[in-house]
Amino acid sequence: MPHVSVDVDGVRYEDEVEARLLLTHYLRDRLGKVGTPIGCDTSNCGACTVLMDGLSVKSCSVLAVQADGHEITTVEGLGDGQDLHPMQRAFHEEHALQCGYCTPGMIMAALDLLRDNADPSDEEIRAGLEGNLCRCTGYQNIVRAVRRAADGMRQAERPEEARS
Amino acid sequence: MSEIAPEAVAEQVTPSTPDATAEVGRARLRTEDARLITGRTTWTDNIQLPGLLHVAFLRSPISHARITRIDAEDARRRPGVIAVVTGADLAGEQGSLPCAWPVTEDMVLPDHPPVAVDEVRYVGEPVAAVVARDRYAAVDALEAIDIDYEPLPAVVDMERAIEEGTGLVHADKGTNTSYTWVFEAGEPDAAFRDAPVVIERRYVQQRLIPTAMEPRAVVCSAVGDEYTLWSATQIPHILRLMLATVTGIPEHRLRVIAPDVGGGFGSKLQVYGEEVVCLLLARRLGRPVKWTESRSEGNMAVHHGRDQIQRLSLAADRDGRIRGLKVDLLADMGAYLMLVTPGIPLLGAFMFNGIYKMDAYSFRCTGVFTNKTPTDAYRGAGRPEATFGIERMMDELAAELGLDPLEVRRRNWIAHEEFPYDTISGLTYDSGNYEAATEKAMRLFDYDKLRAEQADRRDRGDPVQLGIGVSTFTEMCGLAPSRVLGSLSYGAGGWEHASVRVLPSGKVEVVTGSSAHGQGHETAWAQIAADRLGVPFEDVRVLHGDTSVSPKGMDTYGSRSLAVGGVALYNACDKVVDKARRMAAHLLEADEGDLEFSGGSFSVKGVPGQARTLQEVALAAFAAHDLPEGFEPSLDSEATHDPENFSFPHGTHLCAVEVDTETGFVKIRSYVAVDDVGKVVNPLIVEGQVHGGLAQGIAQALYEEAVYDADGNLTTTTMADYLVPSAADLPTFTTDRTETPATTNPLGVKGVGEAGTIASTPAVVNAIVDALRPYGVDDVPMPCTPERVWRALRAAQSGQAPPGGSPEPGAGGGLGSAGGAA
Ligand code: FES
Ligand code: FES
Repeated sequence: MPHVSVDVDGVRYEDEVEARLLLTHYLRDRLGKVGTPIGCDTSNCGACTVLMDGLSVKSCSVLAVQADGHEITTVEGLGDGQDLHPMQRAFHEEHALQCGYCTPGMIMAALDLLRDNADPSDEEIRAGLEGNLCRCTGYQNIVRAVRRAADGMRQAERPEEARS
Repeated sequence: MSEIAPEAVAEQVTPSTPDATAEVGRARLRTEDARLITGRTTWTDNIQLPGLLHVAFLRSPISHARITRIDAEDARRRPGVIAVVTGADLAGEQGSLPCAWPVTEDMVLPDHPPVAVDEVRYVGEPVAAVVARDRYAAVDALEAIDIDYEPLPAVVDMERAIEEGTGLVHADKGTNTSYTWVFEAGEPDAAFRDAPVVIERRYVQQRLIPTAMEPRAVVCSAVGDEYTLWSATQIPHILRLMLATVTGIPEHRLRVIAPDVGGGFGSKLQVYGEEVVCLLLARRLGRPVKWTESRSEGNMAVHHGRDQIQRLSLAADRDGRIRGLKVDLLADMGAYLMLVTPGIPLLGAFMFNGIYKMDAYSFRCTGVFTNKTPTDAYRGAGRPEATFGIERMMDELAAELGLDPLEVRRRNWIAHEEFPYDTISGLTYDSGNYEAATEKAMRLFDYDKLRAEQADRRDRGDPVQLGIGVSTFTEMCGLAPSRVLGSLSYGAGGWEHASVRVLPSGKVEVVTGSSAHGQGHETAWAQIAADRLGVPFEDVRVLHGDTSVSPKGMDTYGSRSLAVGGVALYNACDKVVDKARRMAAHLLEADEGDLEFSGGSFSVKGVPGQARTLQEVALAAFAAHDLPEGFEPSLDSEATHDPENFSFPHGTHLCAVEVDTETGFVKIRSYVAVDDVGKVVNPLIVEGQVHGGLAQGIAQALYEEAVYDADGNLTTTTMADYLVPSAADLPTFTTDRTETPATTNPLGVKGVGEAGTIASTPAVVNAIVDALRPYGVDDVPMPCTPERVWRALRAAQSGQAPPGGSPEPGAGGGLGSAGGAA
């Protein structure tokens, strides 16, 4: 069986895995990182979205072996200690979740969206999150949350921008 | 029409602003979010137990066939496989899945084994189960099961199913008709005789797949003769009773837990075969088992929703006044009757008259078996279908008479001073103000301006036409008064239970029989209790979803949680205060009648400084050193509330669409929803419910359809084929409220879970038809995909029959949808 060495939320794991094992099952069933759920089997819903080296991937369409040597961030690795990440806080404050099943994937996809575009319009947010389905919220508050997080994150960055 | 008589817009309908200290009415951020945004959740599939085994189901690939041979020996020899069971193996213990709603005395109710024994009747029906050491091994072994099927005729078309000589879904029953249910009020024939205007239409409510984002999952453990079953369910209490009934495991040996549940929308209001089988497997093997479905099997095996053919006739006078309405439905049951399958279309029987007055009404519904996935509750359950029917007909009536669609409605709706009003279908609407909601919606929508733009585009012959759709809906929710359920032959009551425990430290535990799965009960229930008991919001914890923690309940569906369960909580809190008052009077050496309770403290009227807080009283009751004569040392109380009536949220939804007449593409330009859901506990949660409801209703209008081919194969098994809309497919909604409190409960609440879904589908379709009416189009079948809009236009222009009248190609439903149902 192939050997993988993966960094997940700041912890290094070394494992032997079946070549066909999906990253999402590796995270959930082998590492107990169950914060990232699964919503489909055709890479449509985005519930399983995580960051691989900072870029969002649907962990159901990545093999565990493809994550070898890479760094994975899940929703469980956001924030630091007691403090929520601004995106998590914005989802809470804008009531951008109901059942919350889509939320981890939505948050990770939104982070990737802001990496590309720090100040997206509503339309750009809607287009950027097209790969993440939510059945509960009608998306309106998700759009608001992403905008709020974007504003907050840009403001937090501004001192650095001013220096550079 | 440009205005509603302004005097009708009564002052009191403006949503109330609660006082700053009150919890009820406050837009509290939700407490449940903390675990959901950090991934610290307990979805059923997250649960790990020592020795856990994994289950996978083999499902029928054929819509109707006899099973002539099953060979599972190879599968049993696969590595890591612990057991393989077939229907025959389980026949002695699996029983038949329950249907709790025998709607007529002579309803045909076929056996429904959890795993098919000798015949399969829909694609996706379980035929065998594998138990293995992990998910992959279980799924691998499915391939090794060898089954011979002898195909039988597939019944896929409802209208053909009830004709003589069609094959039978259940041969032993001799018919594909499960039941015919009728209701009549007034004199429909007289109302139609000599009516100056009669409008007849045939509408199809396409089949939908509920698609909660969390797929179903079950974990079951057996320790001795004690069983614990975790399930992604909306109904832990009902499920416990039903599993006990089906399997013979005594109810008190069975604990059912609904942990975090990722949405339901009715699809998890069910007793599923997989739940039964997991229980039986845990019992057989003496080891815990887990089953989690894939989305593709879920699309085939989670019950579907809607699926009706509606034949509607409306008789009216020339001035637009409705004389009578006749409704004739064919409702697709699918292959079996599940928990409330036959009753779903009948929930619409009382809603086809909507908010309108009329002299006569008749309703007839025929439940039909087909070789398709069984249908059952999906958000709105019967009421969206009815609302669609009547709201489409009101627009057709307006068009026939050359009136504005809002004017036709105004001439027929119940005026605000006429409440309470006894409707033609026998319900008593307690409160409402359709004028006020409509006036507000028109203002937010800028109705006149959009009508002017529409006229302009028509004049210019703009290839992109503007359409305006109206839906002035009501619905019945807060399911349900038990006596009404009894009169409809439903197998249970509609009450809800709550208990309140004041702990010695003064903290409060609220136990509710409602089982939330995204609705935010943990927040809203704490708001209600905090207000009633005068304790801080943070001091209240809400417990639910586990039959050992919350032993009594009727669970969550039918927008019932707040209007029934919330009221139970309200009553239980009052009982706590009553007990505490007696104790406080004793401690204060005062007469009970001289005590005032406010802000969580009992004080003696006119004696400042003489007071005891609820917490102090609770501690004194706990210590029990000095109690009033005969006082039990506890303030804990419980209440079971059975509603006296349904509640009737209503609202006015206005939708503007741009329809490209060259491509058929529909774009929602604006959507205004003004809802009256009575008093509101948490406006944030209410707005969220409306948004989500709108998304699902719009999705029915534009995107979603479960498509079967002529052989009964579901072609929309994946999310690539079944088009759940994304953020990019939906508009920004403008939502607002009016507020006429319900008069049938002390909270004044009506319920909001389904309103958006019920209202929005006809608003969107009315808008599309409105845009195209000058081209001769009077219907576009749902979902109104570009192809269907385009075909409707072409058909109208070439003088062909309207598309709603006959089956036609070009179904929605994505990649696999060619030649789907109409
Ligand atoms: S689970 Fe990965 S996209 Fe749906
Ligand atoms: S919050 Fe339930 S799916 Fe998005």
